[in-house]
Amino acid sequence: MSTMSDSLVIARRNLIRMTRIPEMVLFGLVQPVMFVVLFTYVFGGSMKIGNSTDPDVYKNFLMAGIFAQTVTFATAGAGAGIAEDMHKGLIDRFRSLPMARGAVLTGRTFADLVQTTLTLVVLAVVALIVGWRPGFADSTNVGKILGGFALLLLLGYAFTWIGALIGLSVRTPEAATSGGLIWLFPVTFISNAFVDSSQMTPWLRHIAEWNPFSATVQACRRLFGDPGLSQSGAWPMQHPVWASLIYSALIIVVFRTLAVRKYRSATA
Amino acid sequence: MPGAIHAEGLVKTFGDVKALDGVDLDVPEGTVLGLLGPNGAGKTTAVRVLTTLLRPDSGTAVVAGVDVLQNPNEVRRSIGLSGQFAAVDEYLTGRENLQMVGQLYQMGAREAKARASELLERFSLADAADRTAKTYSGGMRRRLDLAAALVVSPPVMFMDEPTTGLDPRNRQALWEVIQELVAGGTTLLLTTQYLEEADHLAHDICVIDRGRVIARGTSDQLKARTGGERVEVVVHEREGIAAAEEVLRVLGKGETAVQEHTRKVTVPVVGGAKLLAEVIRELDTRGVEIDDIGLRRPTLDDVFISLTGHGAGKGEAK
Repeated sequence: MSTMSDSLVIARRNLIRMTRIPEMVLFGLVQPVMFVVLFTYVFGGSMKIGNSTDPDVYKNFLMAGIFAQTVTFATAGAGAGIAEDMHKGLIDRFRSLPMARGAVLTGRTFADLVQTTLTLVVLAVVALIVGWRPGFADSTNVGKILGGFALLLLLGYAFTWIGALIGLSVRTPEAATSGGLIWLFPVTFISNAFVDSSQMTPWLRHIAEWNPFSATVQACRRLFGDPGLSQSGAWPMQHPVWASLIYSALIIVVFRTLAVRKYRSATA
Repeated sequence: MPGAIHAEGLVKTFGDVKALDGVDLDVPEGTVLGLLGPNGAGKTTAVRVLTTLLRPDSGTAVVAGVDVLQNPNEVRRSIGLSGQFAAVDEYLTGRENLQMVGQLYQMGAREAKARASELLERFSLADAADRTAKTYSGGMRRRLDLAAALVVSPPVMFMDEPTTGLDPRNRQALWEVIQELVAGGTTLLLTTQYLEEADHLAHDICVIDRGRVIARGTSDQLKARTGGERVEVVVHEREGIAAAEEVLRVLGKGETAVQEHTRKVTVPVVGGAKLLAEVIRELDTRGVEIDDIGLRRPTLDDVFISLTGHGAGKGEAK
């Protein structure tokens, strides 16, 4: 019994499902693309980043935030998928088979990672089209840019484990979708993703600077050479790459443990 | 020697509902046990405990010689589960579903593929093998579900209401498959609300109600408990009931029972067909017009009603 081979069997099953329900993947793409366009053109002219109100600065500042928000939205997909498997009795089928304990959840998170990668690629292309230019503010290189995307994928992967736990804890797929999304709004907005956090009231700024989500955004800005880096002395803002890695690893360890435990006693 | 499925004192409580209230079961190897009871009687909970899906509050269970609570993963290698709650993935084709299950039973990819083809053939799903299960009819889905449970030819099978919701033709077809399986030596625990199904398929029957086993035995033994033959008369008009009852009281052996709204009068009898002729003559003499008359042997429905005071399918809890 191997966790990896069982997980891959389940991942493959979920990927086949995605190809059979292409509209799900499509809607997953529309939302972030819409955010890119709306934020760029609606907010772009009135946002102040550092001392600049240049729309081009905001555009280049914004992209790391949108990328990061997009990967965290995979939470809802993972949650809904697992809740549906429970609802339809598939989890019971899997639990009656001599397979590795965490494999049903791990396989699902692998499949979501593939979908997130696909979404990020499309989103990056759209970002380049509307005028995102890596290296706009600071020098960068291909290695750093790929590193930034790797941090984004890791964050997205970590968040799907939160989604898995939500999916196992609610009664219906619908509840998992909304339960997977609602809390993401404060998490992604009380951060440095869309605005310069140095302009927030102090207590909010504090939360934003220590928000795990902000660390990945800051890390990406640094690696992409984007403008608007937080100058805060908070540790995650000073060492964003490390902070991002540590936060994501921590989320995976905690939520994987909780989700696998929940799975073992899951009942439809 | 304990059977292929053996459970003692299973208790499981959900909130203040006792789903299982001290259930003992024993299914000798190669036989079929029918777990019979209304909705909410605890049948599904019992199956969930025996298939490692649910931990009981107390009690022990051994399946295929392995302790369910101590060594659930070992049990999972030897069991197949099919029925109302173990589903197939409707977005996968029949073939993909079976291959996936095979691989999760730790078969190699090639072996799983070969086994899937074999099962699709055997369950008459070969033509639909590469269509998604979403497009399958109810009967086809049940067959696929059953095939998924049989991927490794497990020595012990659990089927939870395998024919609920199927039309008579599909039910008959599924019964044949089940009988074939048992002829091949598989031990089977089957839950059902259909008395006819238990009568048809099971060697032994356990009647379960409100989490307790209230009777067990072969179908004949259970029927014998309810009493032997009865004569049943349906009179044409309500006015005839009293006269018919009197006739039956004289000729029968025991208390008569009257059902006013169906105009049905019954009485236990000895003497069979000869007595029936006598009843008809007597009713005719008295000018009681009848719609129907017959010699009835008790059905499992009668057994159920006499044991629980309510019919199958009319449980309260859950």
